[in-house]
Amino acid sequence: MKLTTSLLGATALCAATAAHAVDLEVTHWWTSGGEANAVAKFAEALNATGTHTWVDGAIAGGGDTARPIMISRILGGDPMDAFQFNHGRQAEELIEAGLLLDLTDVAEANGWKDLVNPSDLLDACTYEGRIYCVPVNIHSWQWMWLSNKAYEDAGLAVPTNWQEFVDTADELRAAGKIPLALGGQPWQSGGAFQVMAVALAGEEAWLKVYRDKDAEAVMGPEFTSVFEAAAQAREFAQGSNVQDWNQATNLVITDQAGAQIMGDWAQGEFALAGEVAGTDYTCLPGLGVTEVISTGGDAFYFPAQDDPEVTQAQKDLAQLLISPEVQVSFNAAKGSLPVRGDVNLEDVNDCTRKGLDILAAGNIVPATEQLLSPDTAQQINDLMTEFWASTDMSAADAQQRFSDIIANAD
Amino acid sequence: MATTHEASAIAESRAAPARRPMRLFRNLSAKIASLPMVLVAVVIFVGCTVWTVVHSFTNSRLLPKLEWDGLSQYERLWSTPRWYVSIENLAIFGILSMIFTLAIGFVLAALLDRKIRGEDVIRTIILYPFALSFVVTGLVWQWILNPELGLQSVVRSWGWQSFTFDPLYDADIVIYGILIAALWQGTGLIMCIMLAGLRGVDEEIWKAAKIDGIPTWKTYTHVIIPMMRPVFVTSLVLIASGIVKVYDLVIAQTGGGPGGSSEVPAKYVMDSMFAAQNLGQGFAASTMMLLSVIIILIPWAYLEFGGKKRG
Repeated sequence: MKLTTSLLGATALCAATAAHAVDLEVTHWWTSGGEANAVAKFAEALNATGTHTWVDGAIAGGGDTARPIMISRILGGDPMDAFQFNHGRQAEELIEAGLLLDLTDVAEANGWKDLVNPSDLLDACTYEGRIYCVPVNIHSWQWMWLSNKAYEDAGLAVPTNWQEFVDTADELRAAGKIPLALGGQPWQSGGAFQVMAVALAGEEAWLKVYRDKDAEAVMGPEFTSVFEAAAQAREFAQGSNVQDWNQATNLVITDQAGAQIMGDWAQGEFALAGEVAGTDYTCLPGLGVTEVISTGGDAFYFPAQDDPEVTQAQKDLAQLLISPEVQVSFNAAKGSLPVRGDVNLEDVNDCTRKGLDILAAGNIVPATEQLLSPDTAQQINDLMTEFWASTDMSAADAQQRFSDIIANAD
Repeated sequence: MATTHEASAIAESRAAPARRPMRLFRNLSAKIASLPMVLVAVVIFVGCTVWTVVHSFTNSRLLPKLEWDGLSQYERLWSTPRWYVSIENLAIFGILSMIFTLAIGFVLAALLDRKIRGEDVIRTIILYPFALSFVVTGLVWQWILNPELGLQSVVRSWGWQSFTFDPLYDADIVIYGILIAALWQGTGLIMCIMLAGLRGVDEEIWKAAKIDGIPTWKTYTHVIIPMMRPVFVTSLVLIASGIVKVYDLVIAQTGGGPGGSSEVPAKYVMDSMFAAQNLGQGFAASTMMLLSVIIILIPWAYLEFGGKKRG
């Protein structure tokens, strides 16, 4: 009897607390040192509101590991309260199936449309006029990182664009350096190619292929030059026997390699190694040819829940993530750019400054995640991995196969 | 007297058909006990297999949908170079791992069976890798075969500067690097099964062979191995089931690289279904895997079990 009363009491207590505050379980794949530090800013900000609690559901192993786990939880009817995705087409079907929370009312009430800059980011969250996710940062792919010391050792000047890089590559090789560091993971070769495509073929031709899925444009002269350059880059990358992207970055940091084509997240590795932008390493946005940056990044989605209180809490969190203070503290820790045009990051280094300037000038292209379905992206990655790893495949063969993929893309 | 005989005969003949349905209820408790397993097998294995095959003819992307798409998933599958690489790798890996696991397992077991000193210690050491999961095995061998910190650098530090052994970074031989790890992990178990089989062979047979003056190796090839047929079949089934599902070893060792040259069908299925969000394509690939298993299994089962009835 006594036990029953105390159990009843405990249940009543639980129910009572649940009515006031909501535990929000948030899943994401930010588990490396800097990333975990950045996501902690979100958690602190949410817990500081005093009403809701952040329950961290980090999944280690990167997006490719985490995405299937998240999707199967949502499909299995046991959704988390919020999850991180790269916005774009990855969540399209979840939205179609009505599994995600519509955030349009929050967005309209808080004027997201006016404050999110560039507006592409919000477009990527929009499906048939409704908004389903909140963008939290901008990461761009369009960077080449060069080791000043490696070029100094070889008695060369640090290249300022792709052509100079190509011209000096052989001399760099002769000095015992790997001209271009490239890891073995498929997305790295797919990404490096895509960066070269924007830079060397120009924005217009690139959009024709990646956005309009024009297979003819792949066979055109602009892309022919891209494939030829990629074949050259493949020669330069010989000998970089590493798998992970940060190992490849490390080759540049330790001056064993001349350069790496990698997104701006690589800068976190340089910072961690105590290197200074401009003196120890040089960055070339758009390979120094076409200075654009792509507006990829991370966003949070919120699975639809039955409980109206949870729904309200999810909307509170969405608004919190995009609030100015949280944007500043998070992006400073993450090394990414904020999604709002009206906040200022202090103490940014040369490279981040370059990125902000390009962003301010409006020289932006959409990220591939926004243009290609995961299916097509996977096919391109497979092709590029094969192409970069084996010297047997000629540039023309790869071009033909790339054109087939684009022709069948959806 | 005769009437009672007749009557009892009639009663028996009447009772017989009545007794026959009782067969269903014979060993009732055993049958009830096995019912859950039967249900699991039918619903989960057969049911889900049928569901998968059916959905392989649809254009399901992230979510399974019943929108018919004919054979287009299969057409795409069979025009994907990566799929061909995967099958080729599985064939090389499968055939070689079957031959080598059986051969090495048997030789080790035969050597241990020669009543050597310290048999227990050696047996434990050889079986030990089996206690490791494929992921751990893969990582261990990724490090051993890494040219910068593994075998190659050790040999070079001994002074043989030109020594090169980096299978995991050479697209032509990467699958053999994976094979080495699989053999290291798997032969211990096969050796133990073989050893148990060898121990089951009657001492008298060895004595008889000795009296007849048959050399030891000939006793093995002509007497012992034929006697161990059931043991070989068991080993074969264990090895074969490991081959078809090889996935984690590849992920841990190479991630499919370099350049997708160590891809396997199971990885193609996983990547299509989850990374590429294309369930239909993954289902089509897994249906092809099932089909190949069936093609191999049916003739074998026919020979194995059909043969006995005739004999």
